[in-house]
Amino acid sequence: MSPPLSAPGRRLRLATVWLAGCSGCHMSFLDLDEFLFDLAERADVVFSPVGTDAKIYPENVDIALVEGAVANVDNLELALQVRERTALVISFGDCAVTANVPGLRNLLDGGHDSAKAVLERGYLELADATGQLPFAPGIVPELLPRVLPLHAVIPVDLYLPGCPPSAERIREAITPLLAGERPAMEGAAMLRFG
Amino acid sequence: MSVVTLTVNGHDVAVPAGASLLEATRVAQAGVPTLCHLDGLTPVAACRLCLVEVEGSGKLLAACSTAAAEGMVVHTHTPQLQEFRRMAVELIFAEGNHVCAVCVANTHCELQDMAVSVGMDHSRFPYQYPHRSVDASHPQFTLDHNRCILCTRCVRVCDEIEGAHVWDIGSRGGHCHIVAGLDEPWGQVQACTSCGKCVEVCPTGALFRNSDTTAEKQPDASLPALLRSAREQHRWNNQ
Amino acid sequence: MPAPPQLRCCDASGCRSAGSQALRTALEAAREAAGLQPGQLTIKPVGCLRLCGSGPLVACDRPGQSHLFGRVAAEQAGALIAAALPAAGSDDAVPAATGDPLAAHRLDLEAPFFALQQSVVLEGCGQVNPDSIDDALSLGAYTQLRRVLEECTPEQVRDEVRRSGLRGRGGAGYPTGLKWDTVALQPPGPRYVVCNADEGDPGAFMDRSVLESDPHRLIEGMAIAAYAVGAERGFVYVRAEYPLAIERLRLALQQARSRHLLGNHIDGTPFNLRLEVRVGAGAYVCGEETALLLSIQGQRGMPQPRPPFPAQSGLWGAPTLINNVETFTAVPVILREGGDWYASIGTERSKGTKVFALSGAVVNTGLVEVPMGTPLRTVVEVIGGGVPDGSPIKAVQTGGPSGGCIPSERLDTPVDYESLLELGSMMGSGGMVVMGPTTSMPEVARHFMGFSVNESCGKCVPCRAGTVQLAQLLDRFVERRATPADMERLDALCQMVKVTSLCGLGQSAPNPVLSTLRWFRHEYEAACREPSACVATGRVTG
Repeated sequence: MSPPLSAPGRRLRLATVWLAGCSGCHMSFLDLDEFLFDLAERADVVFSPVGTDAKIYPENVDIALVEGAVANVDNLELALQVRERTALVISFGDCAVTANVPGLRNLLDGGHDSAKAVLERGYLELADATGQLPFAPGIVPELLPRVLPLHAVIPVDLYLPGCPPSAERIREAITPLLAGERPAMEGAAMLRFG
Repeated sequence: MSVVTLTVNGHDVAVPAGASLLEATRVAQAGVPTLCHLDGLTPVAACRLCLVEVEGSGKLLAACSTAAAEGMVVHTHTPQLQEFRRMAVELIFAEGNHVCAVCVANTHCELQDMAVSVGMDHSRFPYQYPHRSVDASHPQFTLDHNRCILCTRCVRVCDEIEGAHVWDIGSRGGHCHIVAGLDEPWGQVQACTSCGKCVEVCPTGALFRNSDTTAEKQPDASLPALLRSAREQHRWNNQ
Repeated sequence: MPAPPQLRCCDASGCRSAGSQALRTALEAAREAAGLQPGQLTIKPVGCLRLCGSGPLVACDRPGQSHLFGRVAAEQAGALIAAALPAAGSDDAVPAATGDPLAAHRLDLEAPFFALQQSVVLEGCGQVNPDSIDDALSLGAYTQLRRVLEECTPEQVRDEVRRSGLRGRGGAGYPTGLKWDTVALQPPGPRYVVCNADEGDPGAFMDRSVLESDPHRLIEGMAIAAYAVGAERGFVYVRAEYPLAIERLRLALQQARSRHLLGNHIDGTPFNLRLEVRVGAGAYVCGEETALLLSIQGQRGMPQPRPPFPAQSGLWGAPTLINNVETFTAVPVILREGGDWYASIGTERSKGTKVFALSGAVVNTGLVEVPMGTPLRTVVEVIGGGVPDGSPIKAVQTGGPSGGCIPSERLDTPVDYESLLELGSMMGSGGMVVMGPTTSMPEVARHFMGFSVNESCGKCVPCRAGTVQLAQLLDRFVERRATPADMERLDALCQMVKVTSLCGLGQSAPNPVLSTLRWFRHEYEAACREPSACVATGRVTG
């Protein structure tokens, strides 16, 4: 793990990213309550669906918490950007770690190309007479053939499982990072899926 | 009663002759993980999590199916063993459809716990998403093949304790699956006594009571050991 | 009266598939057309004549000389009958090359393929009519059984086998004498002998050839073994894919029973033996001994943890001797010639001869029996004749899906149990597949891994789930989309499956990968590509 976090006095640049997930991990992040104040003293939130209005993922991010699986081309593009511009990438929650519930569509069509199968199921088979497949090039992102966990598309530095990871688990993982140390990810309090 | 003495992780341990290595490691509180093994059922040495190193043996031995022998020097948590165990658990997660968040056994699942104890924070092996079915034909219970890890505890408890032999294994390799009766819907198998022992011993959410929903399964895997000691030694734990 | 000339026509599976049955019918018709009685010219179906790739094969015996003909079509029947008869007014057996219609079919019995072989186990293969116990008896079958029952104690028999140094020919090479002793010395009670004829390795057909060619020799070997360990009941477990072998074995058993060479009071002695055939249902894993024993007992064939070993607790909990076809078949000769004679063949630790099934990119495809310790190069280049187009051999695969690829620079290794293990391969049952320079090693590894995926019984996790992941990793190399991380994962997972699997199948399943990684790692490295390039396809996996 590259230690970008050790420069004393320098404020850390923190991002949270929302890919294919329910945003439950972000809700859990908000459950950090008063720890958010401690966090704000040490770090600037430079990109986050719940913390900033930034639309472009910035350069020179120190830590990124990435929630969600990689399910469509937008997810993939953002994940690659995150990796390129971030020192420490955290797979945040079960969807990022295992693909979890979004990954269940991989069960359709033998898992090789579930995109077509899931669209047909959702928009045609279960629709009334007027069902049609969504078609809006450049507006609605194309689904990838398979939903993938984050580490399948970019190298990940730390895994923070849980559905969602509890606020306490998030705090226990982030606190050492703020001090430039790697958290000990062991035991049921830190690791359990689900 | 004759006794054998051996060393587990540097601790001297004495167990009755005929005891398994697993029992010996328990005396030493070594915490050797198991998934397919269950006290009271015949060991099958299938999950390979209880493999331990015995000095001089040249290969790893399954603690559940190996008899403790005089003078053995056993190591249960070498770095190699720990790495193999983590890989085995990753392989199990990857080969089935294990989604803890929406599982009936969430928080009471031995596989979920095992991931914690082997330190599995993610799987390095891609998930396979096999196409598996759910058998909901039984009036009281359901079998969800997606969550089955083929430990065969249900097969053994039904055969060895209940004596009904409703369950067995069909097909082979990655296509292996638990079959009821002659590969029939469970609900149609007349041999089934609906005793529910298979549900109690299932380490995951593969077998569950229809009344249970997400995270509500509360299994009791101690039944086989209890019943076996009652039958064979006429010892009841409520007396 | 000198024996009439005879034509020995190979009637084993290989030559049958090349049309040997039609040829024999044509030969019989041609004999009749030539006005000859069967007594004047014998046409005899026999087992394997070794050079399977040149079938149908016919051997022609005339007083003092034998000739072998290959790729003989039914149209050549007349010429063959003529060749079998003494040439009128001439002692010259070989007609002048000009105008000899069989010139293209003559095979040189002095060629290395034949000359360098030493027939011990295969002594009767190609000589004896596998359907005729009379023919077998006339060639000495059951002589040793009768002698042993009359003259030897079981201890003496085991002593002879121990002295021969014979080791299990199924692949693992466990000392046969020791195994027999272990079974014999168990507490009193019933015991069993079992022959493992579930030959499943791709590229292996030694056991099939023995069963199809000389079944009485196997039965005799098993009967001697049963006597030596005190068994009164035995089974031959044959895979269903060998219908001809099963048919011949069943016939031979029936014939042996009718001659009191099996059953109660064999040959008038107190020794009883019931032998039966059990037919497998198509599972490779049933070649693993504990799975095989379960299958015989009517259960699902899945390996069991050992100990207890079958020698202590096998069929129905009784001590059970289980040996491979070739092992049992070597026994009659060992007793005839003596253990010391057998031990004089081969190397210090691997005694006797070994039968190999030679196939792949090699000129001479067929069955080869050579002394242990013969250099691999002699087998594949001299006996086998090398790659057909003359290009160099790249590797030799031995041991099937449990074995590995031996690179050409190691071909001077003597063929014995230890040397092959050292090279990361194994003796296995004896399949030997030659590979030419165009063979891709990751593809070979993937091929065998696919086999292991299909044949894993599914009992233990590393073999059931690990081989699937290994096969997918190998796909990435074959399709040239692997990353350096895949290489690490391949190494680690091979190690894990090898060390932690329950039975020999899983433990050896990574061998084709490990051996090609060891000798041809550059081919895997060349199949890696930039990790970033993988991302674009959206098919990447971590």
